[in-house]
Amino acid sequence: MNRSGFLSFLSSLLVIVIGLLFGLIVLIVSNAEQAFPAARTIATFGFSSMRRVGDVMLHGTPIILTGLSVAFAFKTGLFNIGASGQFMFGGFVAIYIGVEATFLPPWLRILTCIVAAALAGAIWGAIPGLLKAYRNVHEVISSIMTNYIGMFIVVYLIQSFVFDQGRGTSTRLPTESTLPRLGFQNIFREPFFATYRESHVNLGIVLAIAIAILVYVILEKTTFGYELKACGFNPDAAKYAGINQKRSIVFSMMISGALAGTAGALNFMVDTGLSMGVVETLAMEGFTGISVAFLGMNHPIGIIFSGLFVSYIKLGGAQLQPHFSIEMVETVLAIIIYFCAFVFVVKSMLGRGLSKFGRKDKQEGGGAV
Amino acid sequence: MYIIEMRNITKEFPGIIANDNITLQLKKNEIHALLGENGAGKSTLMSVLFGLYKQEKGSIFKNEEEVFITGPGDANRLGIGMVHQHFKLVHNFTVLENIVLGVETTKSGVLQMKEAREKVLALSKRYGFDIDIDKEIRHISVGMQQRVEILKMLYRDNEILIFDEPTAVLTPQEIEALMKTMKDMAAEGKSILFITHKLDEIKQVADRCSVLRKGKMIGTVDVAETSKEEMSEMMVGRKVVLSLDKAEANIGDTILKVRNLCQKGKADKSGKDRLKNISFDVKAGEILCVAGIEGNGQTDLVYALTGLEEFDSGEIEMEGKDISRAKIRKRTEMGIAHIPEDRHKHGLVLDYTLAYNTILQTYYANFQKTGFLKKQTILDYAKRLIERFDIRSGQGEITSTRAMSGGNQQKVILAREIDRDPKLLIAVQPTRGLDVGAIEYIHKQLLAQRDSGKAVLLVSLELEEVMNVSDRILVMYEGEIVADVDPKHVTFQELGLYMSGAKRDEVSVDAAHVKGDEVTVE
Ligand SMILES: Nc1ncnc2c1ncn2[C@@H]1O[C@H](COP(=O)(O)OP(=O)(O)OP(=O)(O)O)[C@@H](O)[C@H]1O
Ligand SMILES: [Mg+2]
Repeated sequence: MNRSGFLSFLSSLLVIVIGLLFGLIVLIVSNAEQAFPAARTIATFGFSSMRRVGDVMLHGTPIILTGLSVAFAFKTGLFNIGASGQFMFGGFVAIYIGVEATFLPPWLRILTCIVAAALAGAIWGAIPGLLKAYRNVHEVISSIMTNYIGMFIVVYLIQSFVFDQGRGTSTRLPTESTLPRLGFQNIFREPFFATYRESHVNLGIVLAIAIAILVYVILEKTTFGYELKACGFNPDAAKYAGINQKRSIVFSMMISGALAGTAGALNFMVDTGLSMGVVETLAMEGFTGISVAFLGMNHPIGIIFSGLFVSYIKLGGAQLQPHFSIEMVETVLAIIIYFCAFVFVVKSMLGRGLSKFGRKDKQEGGGAV
Repeated sequence: MYIIEMRNITKEFPGIIANDNITLQLKKNEIHALLGENGAGKSTLMSVLFGLYKQEKGSIFKNEEEVFITGPGDANRLGIGMVHQHFKLVHNFTVLENIVLGVETTKSGVLQMKEAREKVLALSKRYGFDIDIDKEIRHISVGMQQRVEILKMLYRDNEILIFDEPTAVLTPQEIEALMKTMKDMAAEGKSILFITHKLDEIKQVADRCSVLRKGKMIGTVDVAETSKEEMSEMMVGRKVVLSLDKAEANIGDTILKVRNLCQKGKADKSGKDRLKNISFDVKAGEILCVAGIEGNGQTDLVYALTGLEEFDSGEIEMEGKDISRAKIRKRTEMGIAHIPEDRHKHGLVLDYTLAYNTILQTYYANFQKTGFLKKQTILDYAKRLIERFDIRSGQGEITSTRAMSGGNQQKVILAREIDRDPKLLIAVQPTRGLDVGAIEYIHKQLLAQRDSGKAVLLVSLELEEVMNVSDRILVMYEGEIVADVDPKHVTFQELGLYMSGAKRDEVSVDAAHVKGDEVTVE
């Protein structure tokens, strides 16, 4: 690994440690007695059984994709805060098709759900992209707005088209419309009396990893990626080179949106009975994606791991409930996760610190010679 | 006794020893020049002194006492200030805010700007800086920005001042002023380290000069006793011929035809027209030079020709085809190459490798297959350019261009633009920041382009370059062409008069040369 890669890795680890320490402090303040057991739960729960390992992957799937979404835009110099709205659109479209298109054979139906969700996300992502390219509206502002607009539209659409009166949420997906579990249930499970309790991890994680690799290939190996990154690194030079920046901005936001839309699809196409609520709050997966992207240093492969890590922490956190209020748990998790967003600050500090250290080191060595 | 002594400094970067056991001694009150080829390690050495890099070996002494400089903060406490090759100012802050940034005085959390203002005004007056300290940085010229950098050092009461190629970005007039300022500062007790590639400047102000070559210290000489030729020989390791032998131009067809180009001024600037009725031709086999003092419309002209900005009215034709509204890529494909004025802004994607920067306009043509970049082809191509243009860097084609010395970055751009085999080469200040050897090389390349029947449009602020290289000279003043002259029939003084607006000809493209009488304006 080169120096920069090593530094990235080190600083990712460091922000995790710092985040955990801060989380611990908050735990101690709120309930000193239970703080250390709670910290242990957070740190170990995800590995406590194969079923939990499966769950980490299951819940990691959507945030790996929203992480990729944020990172992709970032490489083009854009900050996509709108992953949340794109995620909800994707989720809705997948649910709608999954519920309604029962005339399609299951595999085709699943494929259609995912592709349509990606398209929906792309369209929703295109709006801030177009505004940026042709009206010079900052994408952060417009994508925050598309988040809220998207959320209200989705709530309205659910109530109009796929509403389950009894549950007060979207209609439950028929099992054939959910992602196949590919036999994972025989690996990721834990004994429970005479039988097993299985994780619902499914095709989604495989797709997420495949998409991460695809994103890597697009960014690093293609002329398209070359153009996008040139726009991100130095828009003036990209212009000088004759690269069509407007096109790059719109495409980049569309792809970013498609990734978030896919996240929405994979998130809801599970056979756990998960459905979309009609509460008026933004989907957290979109924002968690920012932390996941940063923690993974905006590198597609890094994001696979950071997504799994964040999922791991969240799963552990979810177990603290009896001793800590749900608000407290959310706060602690938020502290840990959002600390991850400081990774670049830590990296630059670390870079300076290390060279200082290196110098002293060598000087002493030099003195001995 | 030396105010600063850097003893046996070694600093390595991946693949290269930028400073190899260098000892540099700075006397109090002296102006000490640092001379060396591009990539010799001058900026690196100064960055070590300023605390931006940590040396692997060696130590630094101030007044015979060892000091440890771990960052610019330490350097500042020791009275060391630096004006970087590329300025470090906050563009939407005012001059005053930039100066006090980092050393603000506050009283119960509230900024105390009054004292600061008085101090800055006093300093500015003392050195005759004619500067409006309430203007935002983005609204002032590069020369003024440099004065801000200097005021920053003075405001912090720095006594050891480092200037990294301060003159590369200045006009001849501004250079004069800077030279005077440096002398004044030395007379007031400051000690100055001064990096430049221009031997004239060293002759003019420096007391001593240290020469670096490929990371090693070659020696320190007394400037008064050493000739320019001796210094450049120390620097390159061989004799440098500073004159060009230039064959007669063999002029061919018109390549570029510009007619009545107009560009209105923007509201936020002075509101004056930026380009007024510009008309001229560039023919195959000639080097046409656009001379003028910086800010007289040259940049606007280049932007209009290359398509970086749209213009209001007029026509541009390339080989008989109208390209007035053509996209940048179209113009590139039609054979226009462009060495931009600002290499960091337009010329390079600093986060890309050297190799990736060599394909900036051609990545989609020869270097891809079904949308995938042909990595090996790109690397091979970059290797060829490195070889042909003697581009020096730590890790060859995979070096990040950010990690390259300024002069070698310039060579990457030059290599890319020339190797595309353009019909028209628009070169804006192509030798800015280059060492004498490299300048000689680039001038030869420009001539070679000309001799192979290409058209060259050279925009330069340096009279010497203008006179030596060009076949014909246009002078721009306040957005107009005020002279169209033959370098063989014009003197430096005359050019100076044209450039300052004291003299102008009635220029018409259709007549052979100058038409009408010379008009002298007060
Ligand atoms: N941050 C860096 N990382 C890696 N290599 C570097 C870095 N900075 C400089 N170098 C390398 O060290 C060498 C010396 O560079 P330096 O910038 O000191 O040259 P210089 O004498 O200032 O040249 P120039 O006149 O072109 O500005 C160069 O080969 C350059 O590629
Ligand atoms: Mg330098």
